[in-house]
Amino acid sequence: MEILVASAIGVLSAAGIYLILRGRSFPVIIGMTFLSYGVNVFLFAMGRLTVDMPPIIASEAAAYADPLPQALVLTAIVISFGMTALIVVLALRGYLETGSDRVDEGIPKLPEPAEERLTS
Amino acid sequence: MSSWIVVPIIIPAMAAALLLLLRRSPNLQRQVSLAATVLLCLASIRLFMLAIEGDVLSYRLGDWPAPFGIVLVLDRLSATMVLLSGILASAVMLHAIRGWDEKGHHFHPLFQFQLMGINGAFLTGDVFNLFVFFEVMLIASYGLLLHGGGPRRLGAGFQYVAINLLGSTLFLFAVGIIYGVTGTLNMADLAGKVGQVAAGDAALLRTGALLLFLVFALKAALVPLHWWLPTAYAAAPAPVAALFAIMTKVGAYAIIRVFTLVFGAEGGAAASIAAPWILPAALATLAIGAIGVLASRVLVDLVCFAVVWSMGSLLVAISLFDARSLTAALYYTLHSTLIGGALFLLSDLIASRRARWRDDLEPSPAMANAAVLGGLFFLAAIAMSGLPPLSGFIGKLMILDATRTAGAAGWIWAVVLATSLLVIIGFSRAGTMLFWKSEAMAGTLGPPPPAHTASIAPAAILILGTALLSLGAGPVTRHLEATAQQLVTRQSYVDAVLGQPAQAQRAMEVQ
Repeated sequence: MEILVASAIGVLSAAGIYLILRGRSFPVIIGMTFLSYGVNVFLFAMGRLTVDMPPIIASEAAAYADPLPQALVLTAIVISFGMTALIVVLALRGYLETGSDRVDEGIPKLPEPAEERLTS
Repeated sequence: MSSWIVVPIIIPAMAAALLLLLRRSPNLQRQVSLAATVLLCLASIRLFMLAIEGDVLSYRLGDWPAPFGIVLVLDRLSATMVLLSGILASAVMLHAIRGWDEKGHHFHPLFQFQLMGINGAFLTGDVFNLFVFFEVMLIASYGLLLHGGGPRRLGAGFQYVAINLLGSTLFLFAVGIIYGVTGTLNMADLAGKVGQVAAGDAALLRTGALLLFLVFALKAALVPLHWWLPTAYAAAPAPVAALFAIMTKVGAYAIIRVFTLVFGAEGGAAASIAAPWILPAALATLAIGAIGVLASRVLVDLVCFAVVWSMGSLLVAISLFDARSLTAALYYTLHSTLIGGALFLLSDLIASRRARWRDDLEPSPAMANAAVLGGLFFLAAIAMSGLPPLSGFIGKLMILDATRTAGAAGWIWAVVLATSLLVIIGFSRAGTMLFWKSEAMAGTLGPPPPAHTASIAPAAILILGTALLSLGAGPVTRHLEATAQQLVTRQSYVDAVLGQPAQAQRAMEVQ
């Protein structure tokens, strides 16, 4: 089981890093997602891999699964899920407004509209 | 008494929820938001008074015993940082309610959430909660950066969000590794347990510590992880950029906290692991920042690179991790936060008065309030570049003095002084261009935009803050010396978090 989990984390991270280095926003987002899957499995594995063990104190239990990493993973999943949704919207809006989804080009220096000024 | 510690997190959280309900009445929203920020400032003064009594206080949420529950810890350092963020936020809020908050939706709730994240990061005593508060702070900052919209902000926003998501992922890897080898994430508990890590796990612990350093360095804009900063801050609305002046300091704070308390001199296999990396990177940060200041052709870019440069000075002082250099670093933190915020607000005031020239460093016909703005810019430039008599000079002097006996003192002195000269040149060129050459140019800017002198007040308050920091340098430095001493000894922090349960246990054993 160790080799399976370890190689899964490795493959997910490697794929994620490769995709993040691409030049368009969609592969970057997919890469980000792969990497966050990788880190979720990794965090989970940091509580040690156990099978059929209770995470709560029970009188008949011989050993326990560490419940803390599970709570951490839950938090991490919620945050990364929300952030992925945000960056997808951001990439889409950026593509619609600038007509390009390349992330390796400079930031457009378009003249800002007049109402941008501080009005005071 | 110690339940006061949670107040700087509760006030913005409640205010943000309330502000969302008030979204249909912008005037009321402004008043509530300003009141909440001022209230936060008052609460942080109260906390500061508690902290300077000298004891480290801890607050256990839900009264779960440490290290199992979540703790908030108040020591001199966290109280000082919370107070600093309260002061900066009040001035920035005064600037924002003069029009910027109407440029998009939900400015005020996001602003309050940002404050909640910043204060939480300063107060938490737990590495995972540091991650959570970093995320609260970042999520709010994504919204604030995009406030007002436009293609430039969307482009810069995508890069900013992407780099920070990557940073968060690395943070989780680091947290996972550290939990895996020590079995705890409570910082006070970690301080005791990193020394007992099995020899076979030493390499893992070092990897975790360095990954953590990488994340904090990204937040602190340490070269080569600084490239996001000029793009993001220059694209952000001015009050947001001014508030972001404290976000880089959150990174610096996290470096100070974790790499003195946990991975400091007594950090077992990972003792003083960050120190050899910080110094060269900080010197490179100074160089890149100063070159950026010279190369900038827009005022806001110049300010961004000046912020990067000031982070370099700050991190040079941190890199030694002894009481004297930490005192200097903390003084410089106070100074550079106030002056960074002031410069972003000033560049906005200048841009709003120069019609199509905005804040480009090119001569234009004279702007409204040129004399007042010119005077303030002059003072701010003096403070930022470290000329006497303002706080930048005192801070730099303290840094140079603290590093005098260091091994690399020659390098530090040469780079700090040479880059200061470059920054002085950059700022004087910008000031000459904006005020004197513009004064000499004929013509007018066209129909003058309505420019109230009162709108200058928030920037002036921040500059006054640096002046007070110079006038009161004696008491401030004594307080910061005590702060640095508390950081270096670290036993009081550990006792405050873990002491009581241990004592209770002992009492029970006696019975």
